Amino acid sequence: MIRALHRWLGLPALILVTLLAVSGAALSVFPAAERISAPQAEQAMSVADLAARIKSAFPGVEQIRRSPSGRITAFWFEGGTPASAVIDPATGAATASGDPNPVQRWLANLHRSLFLDDAGRIAMATGAAAMLVLAVSGSMLVARRAGGWRRWFAPLRGPLAGRIHVELARAAVLGLLLSSATALWMTASTFGFLPDKAAVPSLPSAVSGTMGATLTSMPLLAATPVSSLRELNFPYAGDATDVFTLKTESGTGYLDQGTGATLAWSGTSGWTRVSETIYMLHTGQGAALLGLFLGLTALTVPVMGATGLLNWLAGLSGRPRIRDNAAPGGAETIILVGSEGGITWGFAATLHLALTRAGQRVHTAPMSSFDPGRFSGADRYVVLAATYGNGDAPASAKGFLDRVAGLSAAPAARLAVLGFGDRSFPAFCAYARAVATAAEGRGWPLLLPFETVDRQSPQEFARWGRALGEALGIDLELNHQPVLPEVKPLTLVSRRDYSHEVQAPTAILRFALPRRSIWQRLMGRGFARFEPGDLLGVVPEGSPMPRFYSLASGTQDRFVEIVVRKHVGGVCSGELMALEPGGTVAGFIRPNPAFRPGRDRTPLILVGAGTGIGPLAGFIRANASRRPVHLFFGMRLAESDFLYREELDAWTAEGRLSSLSTAVSRGRRPRYVQDALVAEQIEVVRAIRKGARVMVCGGRQMAAGVAEAMARILDPVGLSPAVLKAEGRYVEDVY
Amino acid sequence: MRTILAALALTTALTLPGIAMARPVTLTTTLKNYGGNGAYLAIYVTDPTGAYAGSLWMAGTKSKYYEHLSDWYRATGGNAAEINGITGASVGAGRRLEITLDLADALFDAGYTVHIDAAAEDMRDSPDEITVPLTAKGAGQPVPGRRYIADFSYGL
Repeated sequence: MIRALHRWLGLPALILVTLLAVSGAALSVFPAAERISAPQAEQAMSVADLAARIKSAFPGVEQIRRSPSGRITAFWFEGGTPASAVIDPATGAATASGDPNPVQRWLANLHRSLFLDDAGRIAMATGAAAMLVLAVSGSMLVARRAGGWRRWFAPLRGPLAGRIHVELARAAVLGLLLSSATALWMTASTFGFLPDKAAVPSLPSAVSGTMGATLTSMPLLAATPVSSLRELNFPYAGDATDVFTLKTESGTGYLDQGTGATLAWSGTSGWTRVSETIYMLHTGQGAALLGLFLGLTALTVPVMGATGLLNWLAGLSGRPRIRDNAAPGGAETIILVGSEGGITWGFAATLHLALTRAGQRVHTAPMSSFDPGRFSGADRYVVLAATYGNGDAPASAKGFLDRVAGLSAAPAARLAVLGFGDRSFPAFCAYARAVATAAEGRGWPLLLPFETVDRQSPQEFARWGRALGEALGIDLELNHQPVLPEVKPLTLVSRRDYSHEVQAPTAILRFALPRRSIWQRLMGRGFARFEPGDLLGVVPEGSPMPRFYSLASGTQDRFVEIVVRKHVGGVCSGELMALEPGGTVAGFIRPNPAFRPGRDRTPLILVGAGTGIGPLAGFIRANASRRPVHLFFGMRLAESDFLYREELDAWTAEGRLSSLSTAVSRGRRPRYVQDALVAEQIEVVRAIRKGARVMVCGGRQMAAGVAEAMARILDPVGLSPAVLKAEGRYVEDVY
Repeated sequence: MRTILAALALTTALTLPGIAMARPVTLTTTLKNYGGNGAYLAIYVTDPTGAYAGSLWMAGTKSKYYEHLSDWYRATGGNAAEINGITGASVGAGRRLEITLDLADALFDAGYTVHIDAAAEDMRDSPDEITVPLTAKGAGQPVPGRRYIADFSYGL
């Protein structure tokens, strides 16, 4: 609901809001420039002194104005011609022309009315209202995505456009809220909807009729500091019935030009003060720094518009669309999805469709938006949850467990939890299991016992579906066709073979970069943008299920490179290993943002064994900034398994690689990669203390051995792999 | 060039009892190219004692800015009833405002004076930009303004 509002308001409002923001940002510079350039009055100076100085420099002075920036402008007549100037209060002399800046005027008219007067004002006010609603709904979405308001600044994952969108939003939302809310107030004030009209005292019926009191002898002028002055109007020359009019922060009054006495005074109303404060907050006139801040936050708007648009377009093609999604309050079945890469959404869509066809009203939503209050008509909840990393919540499930823990009572509607994962990982379905355990702990009644689906198995999913149908008393057949990204034919350009001797043939395969459409380049999707450590999905002939290989190259290398080892009976590795230059396979890119070295200058400790060196070699090849990189590489035989040997030598010579330690497990002195780490533990600890990031790639056993060795190495300095993992400084890509 | 035809519903002070004779008068105000946003103009009449008698036209629709037409504002307290039905858009720099209205004969050659207060955003206020006595002889004679108005004339 909120997302729909944010999107369907944001798209049409994009141009108007961008125009408002850009012109507003440009305008924000003027108050600051004025504040810097305007000569300021000394602290204790009175209006009487200032007026006397100006009067002696310009005897014909008619009006003195002080802007919120402290700039003082005088207006006078000279030989029948009106003139004005910015005044230096120290001398009373002119320092610059008092005419308004035409550029500022042009921008201001664009900003508030598109040069269309009232119609334009209404259009721009509509834009401001749209911005306000976008800021509020966007904040709610950020909180929901992060898993609660207290996690507002939680680190983000996911595609770049989405991250930029949220990063900017979190930094700028306060400024945008302030700008848009004050804009609406100002529009209401301009159209006279607010009782903030200036109060002017009625003119006294009698004046002294004399003239010639000196300015310094007028008590009110002497008592008013320049800092509170708004405007001082002089009486017409020669008109004894006219008076001085003084406007200050606190009100307006008249002074007798003969006696200097105050004839009438009326204070500023509360409404006027509020409107003046709001004007200052919006324009930055009188609050130049705030103005600059608001200008900066406004500059994020076009970027957020663009990234928001990209997000929406990416979402259109990425996650399967849920058709006939019932309103949250009216649905009997609520499907909650915890997905990292979007695969689980595909399963949810299949379930949603099948239940809807069976005549149910179904609402599907991310787990992070779980709120029993919204689902008032729910008879049952179905949770489909993947697992991120080592048992963490996937992106769309952030904060779910906290919400369950925070419920005053478990919902009465019964619950079924289905986990999605890969049995070859130790934390198989760990997050979904944690959800089931937490629900049980809260006494949430179960509709079905906890179940799992291994490696996206359509059979297991269909079996679980039949059990669900039985529990609901309906016939439920879940026929899930996994949605694959668009595949491209990849042509092999070269291959280098290793390891014939150890019965596990391995090869570095290099493919030509496939042709990318302009659209993909713009969106940075598919083969248009990938980095070492991302995954290449290869769809073998005769099997719909892709296999994933870590990439050893990025887009900038202009080729697609992977390291493959032939598994016994492996369909995909068999097809790849049989490939000769010129041959093709079907592949696609899957981003793996969790396994990236980052852009900073802290040292990198790369640990890999066998084919696990692939992405690590890619990182070293891409290390143009010559950041310190230490590689620990484990192999079986040095003669046949030393992948990338020549490159590693060259990269060391070029300074891309700082040190290389190898471990050979089938030599005269068998040694594993963790032994190499232990041997270099002093260096390892030193690098970690400098903020090093550890990246491990290879088989599961190797990774476990490395973690164990690292725990031993780090224990004496009070650190552990778990602590580093929590800081994002220890990442694994394990298969 | 802007022409506004207004059958002026004479405000209280200008409709003196017993005066049925009235004639159409065209007020023409041409603005200078003063290089600013559109000007607000208040056109009003004072009686032989100099007291406010009534308003003829208000160019500018946002009442919150009327305080800058300071003489008019002081005389009327910004009372919107004074300009009810005789309000139009502000007048751009270099543009001309033409209003035709019925004025009572008794106002001519009787010491009544036409005043125009002018103001433009972020520029100086200019009360009494124009002060010209209403006389039959003065009709058609352009009078220069002080800041914003190039000239003003009334034609019978």
